Amino acid sequence: MNRRNFLRNTGFVAAGSLFVPAFMKPLEAMALDELSLYKNLVVVQLSGGNDGLNTVVPFGNDIYYQKRKSIAIQPNQVIKLNDMQGLNPNMAALQEIYDQGWMTIINDVGYPNPDRSHFRSMDIWQTGSDSNQFLSTGWIGRYLDSNCQTCKFPYTAIEVDDSLSLALKGQSKKGIALKDPNALFRNTNDPFFKSMIQNDKDHLDEDNLGYLYKTMIETSSSAQYIQNTSKIYQSKATYPATGFSNQLKTVSKFISSGLKTRVYYVSLSGFDTHVNQTNQQGNLLKQYSEGMAAFLKDLKSNNKLEDTLVITFSEFGRRVEQNASNGTDHGTANNMFVFGGRLKKKGIFNAAPNLSDLDTGDLKYQLDFRQVYGTILDKWLDVNNADILNKKFNTLDFI
Amino acid sequence: MSAKDNFLKVKHLYNRAGFGISYPDLQKLSKKNINKVVDGLLKSSKNDDDITLVNGVESKRQLLAQAGLYSKKDLTDEEKKMRQEIVRMQNEVSRDLNIGWVSKMINTDAPLREKMTLFWHGHFACRSNNPYFAQQLNNIQRAHGLGSFKTLLVEVSKSPAMLQYLNNQQNRKGKPNENFARELMELFTLGRGNYSEQDIKESARSFTGWQYDRDGSFIFRPNLHDDGTKTFFGKIGNFQGENIIDIILEKSETAQFIARKVYKFFVNDNPNETHVKELATHFYNSKYDISALMQKMFTSDWFYAPENVGTKIKSPAEFLVGLSREFYVTYNKPQVLIQLQSSLGQYLFNPPNVAGWPGGQSWIDSSSLMLRMRIPSLVLNDGEIDFSGKADPEDEAVIALSRAGTNNANASNKPKSYVNANANWPKFLDTLPKGLTPLELTEFLLQPKLNDKIIKMVSDNKGLRSTSVEITSMPEYQLC
Repeated sequence: MNRRNFLRNTGFVAAGSLFVPAFMKPLEAMALDELSLYKNLVVVQLSGGNDGLNTVVPFGNDIYYQKRKSIAIQPNQVIKLNDMQGLNPNMAALQEIYDQGWMTIINDVGYPNPDRSHFRSMDIWQTGSDSNQFLSTGWIGRYLDSNCQTCKFPYTAIEVDDSLSLALKGQSKKGIALKDPNALFRNTNDPFFKSMIQNDKDHLDEDNLGYLYKTMIETSSSAQYIQNTSKIYQSKATYPATGFSNQLKTVSKFISSGLKTRVYYVSLSGFDTHVNQTNQQGNLLKQYSEGMAAFLKDLKSNNKLEDTLVITFSEFGRRVEQNASNGTDHGTANNMFVFGGRLKKKGIFNAAPNLSDLDTGDLKYQLDFRQVYGTILDKWLDVNNADILNKKFNTLDFI
Repeated sequence: MSAKDNFLKVKHLYNRAGFGISYPDLQKLSKKNINKVVDGLLKSSKNDDDITLVNGVESKRQLLAQAGLYSKKDLTDEEKKMRQEIVRMQNEVSRDLNIGWVSKMINTDAPLREKMTLFWHGHFACRSNNPYFAQQLNNIQRAHGLGSFKTLLVEVSKSPAMLQYLNNQQNRKGKPNENFARELMELFTLGRGNYSEQDIKESARSFTGWQYDRDGSFIFRPNLHDDGTKTFFGKIGNFQGENIIDIILEKSETAQFIARKVYKFFVNDNPNETHVKELATHFYNSKYDISALMQKMFTSDWFYAPENVGTKIKSPAEFLVGLSREFYVTYNKPQVLIQLQSSLGQYLFNPPNVAGWPGGQSWIDSSSLMLRMRIPSLVLNDGEIDFSGKADPEDEAVIALSRAGTNNANASNKPKSYVNANANWPKFLDTLPKGLTPLELTEFLLQPKLNDKIIKMVSDNKGLRSTSVEITSMPEYQLC
């Protein structure tokens, strides 16, 4: 056996049969029949602080035009949703989705004492903490830790990326980050890697070495499961040729092939538009909307839209007034999007931002983001949100 | 005690108190009594040379130019360019600083000094986009890292990086900002539950007027200071910041909090409360002398007990520095060190928040473990990198400018890249005694006890170089 391949990091290693310890077997052996009962959650993170006011434009409010002299989107360009709000013209792809009743817009989501640092605010959104509290686990990670009926698999949560976000890290359980299922499968099938976990019974203790071996074995087992389950699936849908769409395409492939994963996490970067915002944000919103539209239609054609809920958030919105560089600076409350085939309240969920009642130039939040998480945990992932969020949050009726 | 026992003790000490040890040093020190070795370790770490990569004058010029540009309403194209250029330069210098410190850790002959700096870097966790400020704080943590905890605490509290990060610059008479006062007690000294909200309010008032000036120096501004009477932990007086710190240090909870954290970092993730108490008492009685605390810990029998040897998960910094130090690695493209830190979840100078990196098992998930197991072959055999780290949220503005205009946001269409590092194999192999077997090499490189499987794996005589790469790729190598 040549176990040096892994060490040299050379190319493809033919897939062999993978050793699976006896206690892991039931996972793979599970029948594929209950799959349709599976409800999936897809979290889309817009990194950098997306300007919500130029995303869902309050074209019916004069204050918007007074505060944003050079970057406001004119009423005739807005894709109108009601008398007050409409979508950025770059989001045309989502109009059809909205009209189908597959989209809900929640205005002014935030938290008390907002933090304007990207890092800290993202930390707060990913951990679900208060703004003066530091948690070392993410909200999805704690859902995994809860060991509920539906989240006991090591592949319960997948992030389509090279590294794992804090959101998916729990105390004892963590999600899997993978950009390419083939690459993970290849690496875990490498002879060196396999020889390390082969027949390993000594290391399944609770100590740190046991934890390392458990992680290896679960990674290997999950890689095999993901590869075997998803390789047969061929998507017929066409997606735009962008990195973001590729992530969604991978998620769609996993969902449509019946992977028993419950949470998927993807992200799109570049929303920190301090300077010359219009084109940059426009381009990103276009990538976002076209990717999302293709993704949702793909799910629909595979009869998976009913089982899928997608949320989109950003770590904060921008200040109401634009800056001197045709951009916007860090703000507070922001809109969130919810997509799916089983939305209870479709369209615009709550009142548009009140631009005449600001907190030193920033939007006041109407809803705590943990109410949105809490709603999803309670009604979609079937766990008690207080167990995950450390206190009970009132749920909303968008699902 | 057998020579072998002492060999293992010294090796354990240098893995925890430093970043590993070379074979000749280990052989030499193994002949000494362990208490003498600890004395020597503390002595060799007297050297506390500052990092001086970031030029204060140039940094100040940029700061002033930047402040001027930000206050202006309409910028000319040239001014806009200049502003971007300053941000670009600061980012570049920040990266240089990061690499500079990692190199210092790799090459230092005062390993405990750098290990303490790393510990305090996580304890007094701070982010600053001003590399000069970041360097200042790092130097404070190095200079006082083995000295008086009180001096360290005062100096950190007065550093522009921390004053900025925890908003003390905005903490003024009549308009208190409690951020610093809260973290001072919650994360830096007493720990949660050992103070009241009222204590935070009174402490914040006492720190009003603690600011930094345009030169990046601490300045006390009496006109911004609330000089009214405060009540702090039952004591009444016209307190200033220093008084608050004194009162906090009078409380033994502070010694316990620090001792527990030191124990978790150097000994075991799961603290033995009897041992922690022993350390805390010693620390408190020594008037917070950090060297005394470390000496007590390293000379305690329990430090060398089996449950504390080879059982801690290395932090990414310990892993990267240890590997590079062991094999005398030079990085021809040192930027890769930043990519590796970020992919492994410990981008130095960029902690997740003021609570620092949680450590322990939180370092390990499927992707970070797979990457850790591949890094030795990438670094030692110059392998190809096929992963990319996540963007740091603070870099989003740069991404917005550079990538948002294309469809390549998030695309991974980078050209193939290599670590481009050289391990000095002749030098490494030269340090090993003649006739050293692969099994003996494994016993030297790994901290956990060897099991049958590993013994079998390394016993097929592949030669020491191949064996080294194989050993460092094992999960056992993740432990120290």
